[in-house]
Amino acid sequence: MTDSTETKEPKAVENPHVVALIELCGTVESSTFRNQQRVVVPAEKSLDALSLLKSRGFDLLIDVSCVDYLEYRGAKHRYGLVYLLASTTGHQRLTIRVFVDDPEPTVASVVPLWEAANWLEREVWDLFGIRFTGHPDLRRLVMPEEFTAHPLRKDYPLQGRGERHNFPVITRDHS
Amino acid sequence: MAIAPTEIETPSEARSEDYLWTLNFGPQHPATHTTLRLVLKLEGERVVDAVPEMGYLHSGFEKIGEHLTFNQYVTVTDRMNYISPMANNVAWHHSVETLLGIDLTPRCTYIRTIVAELARISDHLLSNGAVGLDTGAFTYFLYAFYQREVIYDIFETLCGARFTNSYTRVGGVSQDFTPLVIEKTRAFLKTFPKTLNDMERLLNRNRIFVDRTKGVGLLTKEEAINRGATGPVARASGVTRDLRRDDPYLAYSDFDFQVSCASAGDCYARYLVRMQEMRESLKIVEQAIENLPSGPVDVGIDERMALPTKKQVYSTIEGTISHFELSMSNRGFEVPCEEAYAAIEAPNGELGFYLVGDGGEQAYRARCRPPSVLNFAMFPHLIRGHTLSDVVAVLGSLNIIAAELDR
Repeated sequence: MTDSTETKEPKAVENPHVVALIELCGTVESSTFRNQQRVVVPAEKSLDALSLLKSRGFDLLIDVSCVDYLEYRGAKHRYGLVYLLASTTGHQRLTIRVFVDDPEPTVASVVPLWEAANWLEREVWDLFGIRFTGHPDLRRLVMPEEFTAHPLRKDYPLQGRGERHNFPVITRDHS
Repeated sequence: MAIAPTEIETPSEARSEDYLWTLNFGPQHPATHTTLRLVLKLEGERVVDAVPEMGYLHSGFEKIGEHLTFNQYVTVTDRMNYISPMANNVAWHHSVETLLGIDLTPRCTYIRTIVAELARISDHLLSNGAVGLDTGAFTYFLYAFYQREVIYDIFETLCGARFTNSYTRVGGVSQDFTPLVIEKTRAFLKTFPKTLNDMERLLNRNRIFVDRTKGVGLLTKEEAINRGATGPVARASGVTRDLRRDDPYLAYSDFDFQVSCASAGDCYARYLVRMQEMRESLKIVEQAIENLPSGPVDVGIDERMALPTKKQVYSTIEGTISHFELSMSNRGFEVPCEEAYAAIEAPNGELGFYLVGDGGEQAYRARCRPPSVLNFAMFPHLIRGHTLSDVVAVLGSLNIIAAELDR
């Protein structure tokens, strides 16, 4: 997220969920774009914040994903996690952003809150290398187990590394 | 060195796990339909545990999304959920237009609604047909597949491609509806309900089918929400969430339709929900095709978002400028340095894209929220305690498409 000029929009402050988050985390950065409310919560408070929002009616976890801001102009942090929340009763959505940095990007797992986060967090670990503390089974999801890199990071090239010709060919005699 | 007999540790009694049989199901198996793997732990014929494995079709679609322009990437979305590619096209460009802030013309919203609903029908035909096929109802599958051909024919007349349509464009669609497309769609609307009745008569009260699907793969409402289920899987468990009604995108607020739900949460309920959704989709298509607004299908030249027609390029100065601006590699769309998420109710559930724009031609990040991943993740929960033959019924009723699963 860039340094948005819409941060001080009065509508954002009126949102009761944002008010509740401010009570929990102190000041939070909140903005809207195309009627989508986004709130940045500190990494150490992310589990508390999401647990609060779950109790406030956001019962459906739509997605957990991540953005690598390595080459993004004006970005202050390396990784930005995205939690998309929705409600199954009223139609409301909220995006929660959590920023983490190298060398050990770590955030609390939300599997205790939503089982849906299990595979989504595994995918983020696989492709971005962000550790989720408290995750029951943090294995790679889509890449092979012996893979060493995290390919959706911006410093990983589109072509070249990790392609088929880089891997040793196992013949029948040597297997 | 020989080992003395006393050194070998003999367990006094075998552990209960020793009797379990590990069965590798897939990645190449006719009943997995696509490339996915299950490691099943069996006690006799009963499944004690299942470990799903995925990634066999991982092709880095999200990485490719950071290197293709917004109009180019639509060809990749065709390959995600390839049994309803039109819905993916609509989802992708719905997200792109949310990020860019484009308002579509009324005709375009109607056309996209029609193709998305036809895609839903063709998806449900295949997924229900496959459940029938896996549980032994081969005739049913052929009835379903024949109707898919009719929908393919409509798409072929519309955009030239039967399977990988790549139909949408930023701010519009690649081809406008012609009278022939409308005629073919009307003919489909007339003939399809009859086949749908036949299909329901074939399977709804078929003893073998009902016995194999009723009470199998139970998903309660609480678990459905907890595990992030969307689409028919959630609605069969009593979650009345449908983005078409709750967050009307495109032209859905203009139409009269019902959200199909069931409360049982088993494979049979998921089958029934899909059958009913096809009828509702027919209603939507019928209303849309009869009230199709006239006017341009792409957004105006002045917005510089959709490529102008050849006639506009050659006969108007605005058309020439717009074509130049969009075609030159150092120009193109005005992309805000912002992030947006937009989703549609795809046949399988909520299909959305989280897009990050950095001012460039391509997305900085193009995250796809695939419904199949969350559906597949709940598979062990659904199959525990059932028999090996129920694996294919549950797998079919979740409608997992590995290309969308792995991306």
